[in-house]
Amino acid sequence: MTESPIKSVVVKSSAPPAEASQTPFIEVENLSLHYGTTRALKNISLKLGEKVVTAFIGPSGCGKSTFLRCFNRMNDLIDSVHIDGVIKIGGQDIYEKQVDAIELRKRVGMVFQRSNPFPKSIYENVAYGLRLQGIKAKQEIEGRVERSLRDAALWDEVKDRLQSSALGLSGGQQQRLCIARAIAIRPEIILMDEPASALDPIATAKIEELILELKKDFTIIIVTHNMQQAARISDHTAFFYLGELIEFDRTHKVFTNPAKRQTEDYVTGRFG
Amino acid sequence: MNRHLDLEIAELKEKLLTMGSHAERAVSEAVRSLIERSDDLARKVDENDNIVDQFEVDVDEAAIHLLSKAPLATDLRFITVAMKISQNLERIADEATKIARRSLELNLEPQLKAYVDIPQMAGIAREMLKTALDAFVHKQPEKAIEVIARDKKVDEINKQFHRELSSYMIENPATITRCLNLMVVSKALERIADHATNIAEEVVYLYEARDIRHGGGK
Repeated sequence: MTESPIKSVVVKSSAPPAEASQTPFIEVENLSLHYGTTRALKNISLKLGEKVVTAFIGPSGCGKSTFLRCFNRMNDLIDSVHIDGVIKIGGQDIYEKQVDAIELRKRVGMVFQRSNPFPKSIYENVAYGLRLQGIKAKQEIEGRVERSLRDAALWDEVKDRLQSSALGLSGGQQQRLCIARAIAIRPEIILMDEPASALDPIATAKIEELILELKKDFTIIIVTHNMQQAARISDHTAFFYLGELIEFDRTHKVFTNPAKRQTEDYVTGRFG
Repeated sequence: MNRHLDLEIAELKEKLLTMGSHAERAVSEAVRSLIERSDDLARKVDENDNIVDQFEVDVDEAAIHLLSKAPLATDLRFITVAMKISQNLERIADEATKIARRSLELNLEPQLKAYVDIPQMAGIAREMLKTALDAFVHKQPEKAIEVIARDKKVDEINKQFHRELSSYMIENPATITRCLNLMVVSKALERIADHATNIAEEVVYLYEARDIRHGGGK
């Protein structure tokens, strides 16, 4: 193996990449997370801009999904979890006592690896969250369901069968329905945990295109094992290893000239 | 489905075409600076060379960026071909600069002879370049193949012109400097035709996935 072409550029892992030099929308300061006595995340600091796509990459068990779940306090649901440090969204510390986790999750939506539509009609899947938000006017719900399905690039495929069960859709369609459901309540941030890993290449390409469209309106953080996917869709990439943030920079930089040897080894498939 | 990658590829193509038009103009102006004995035009070509150089850097950067997205099939061929086309265009502009610099020297002395061969070679070489770039834009590999055959004609004129200039030098050593300068110009035009041929071969590879370089893929 030839010597890796790492240049002597020092990139402070916590520094925001050049384009994110706008006022950071999300700020993480010294975040550590323990599962019982196991420290899963170690002193992570980073800043993310608004309406950009950030990819979290790293080998299994590196903490990227755990970190992702910190942004909507999903880890609160696990008893043994203990979190230190600060996560600010729009300047507000989301771990402050007065912050209601349910309210937070309206601002920070999530899409999971396996599509998980409710066993209800396609229409109801999207309308459900709106009703929970207290929207009652039928016309408004209809309008927002249609808009969300259009934004999720699913409308044309389902507009004639909105009352059919969501479980009858293909895997890729179910995942786009879950995205429609997430964006219906107009969150500010969408977290995606391997949203395309269970899909075939065509459905994956549709999800990727969708993400690139959605970033016009939403801030997106995506966990992916697929390096090329990260290269295709994200503006910034963070590489994690053993609970540490190793490198965080513009995606182009991470994939063509990473600053750290570990990142280079991982993105070139030489890891381990 | 209109993919985001398509938009980026379209941008890269646009960049290449602009670069191509700069290279075409450089060749045309360099030859005119010689025929019309215009020092101003020659200097302009020399000064503008860095524009094409910058395009080469930009195209390479965009191509590397696109390659990191793991394109396949046509997209992959397009990106690698784009890098090669830009390299050939940069060399064409370099050859044009070479001609312009020799023009400046030639313009210091009386014209050796009426220029017949040089405009003829330049005409064919420019036409080859233009056709190769058109074939690239309009996805016409068959047109690109036509370009390749024309390279021979330029080679022949170059050889014949060299023989003629040799005889001038033997008869009258006072013409040697001018003859050597004209030989460089002639060789530069021959190289421009070679680069146009390379571009044409890349266009065939791009659209037909057939490598016809060095007489292969027939």
